[in-house]
Amino acid sequence: MSAPDARVRYLLRLGDTSLVLGQRLGEWVGHAPALEEDLGLANLALDFVGQARLLLSYAGELEGSGRDEDALAFLRDAHEFANLALAEQPNGDFGDTIVRQWLIDTWQLQLYAALSTSTDERLAAIAAKSLKETRYHHRFSSGWLARLGDGTPESHARVQASLENLWRFTGELFAPDAVDEAMAAAGIGPQLAGLEPAWSALIDADLKEATLRRPAPQPFPWHGKRGVHTEHLSHLLAEMQQLPRSLPGARW
Amino acid sequence: MNADWPLFEVFIRSRGGLEHRHVGSLHAADARMAIEHARDVYTRRQEGVSLWVVPSAQITASDPDEAGALFEPARDKVYRHPTFYEIPDEVKNL
Repeated sequence: MSAPDARVRYLLRLGDTSLVLGQRLGEWVGHAPALEEDLGLANLALDFVGQARLLLSYAGELEGSGRDEDALAFLRDAHEFANLALAEQPNGDFGDTIVRQWLIDTWQLQLYAALSTSTDERLAAIAAKSLKETRYHHRFSSGWLARLGDGTPESHARVQASLENLWRFTGELFAPDAVDEAMAAAGIGPQLAGLEPAWSALIDADLKEATLRRPAPQPFPWHGKRGVHTEHLSHLLAEMQQLPRSLPGARW
Repeated sequence: MNADWPLFEVFIRSRGGLEHRHVGSLHAADARMAIEHARDVYTRRQEGVSLWVVPSAQITASDPDEAGALFEPARDKVYRHPTFYEIPDEVKNL
């Protein structure tokens, strides 16, 4: 794999993770438990879609085959998507959504902080902007995690179950492959293993406040960033891509 | 869920140096959530640089039925406005 290819793939992973999570959060619009949460989740969704636009546009320019952000978002199939499998997991109940969000927020806090010193200046600028958004996302998700975990016996039991269910997708966060290694060697991305101690400490601190138990480490069967996804991604893409695929070039 | 959440009043400082102004109210389970809701509901278009939230139950309001007793006695006291007085020409720098 050439270095430019690796960088395009790396940007697609970052951009796809934001895009897919933004789409998931957008599914809450009109369905959140309160009007204020509806707006809050929509605001999160728009932050992620904004990140995706910057990252996918950049990936498309580097790729040099004429694909813009829309072509990359709407005209690729599931196996071409490189998002983390965690991001595509269904919304479930509100607690499932909060746990998924919190796991990604704690991860992106480490990732974007590291990427903000990337040797790729454009990526560093995107990361610095995204880091500010992520600090708020984490404030939101960790607050809800504590409220649900330290709430009623039912909310505690349900959010603990959400955590047990989603924990198996966290192995992918720190499992580097050739693309990650190439980016780390070029100073473009961080060594993934190096992010884990700070992430783990933050996870433990938040779980303690929420009176939740950290699940046991689980083997990691998902390779979302290599295009191996759970069955949920295809359904998400079918809805997200339906309009641009059925009416190519549609504008309003 | 929303019906169980207490009401908070929201105040926004639009720029440094200006006062916080009341902009509306919202429901939240606690003060931290109220700040987050206020941010999401009232500052999406860069309306402010600082937020206050106050539990609505903590505000003591005047009784509309007492408005006459409270506010009407001020009506005929026009001398409380500085424009009531004519300033002699000899007075400078007032």
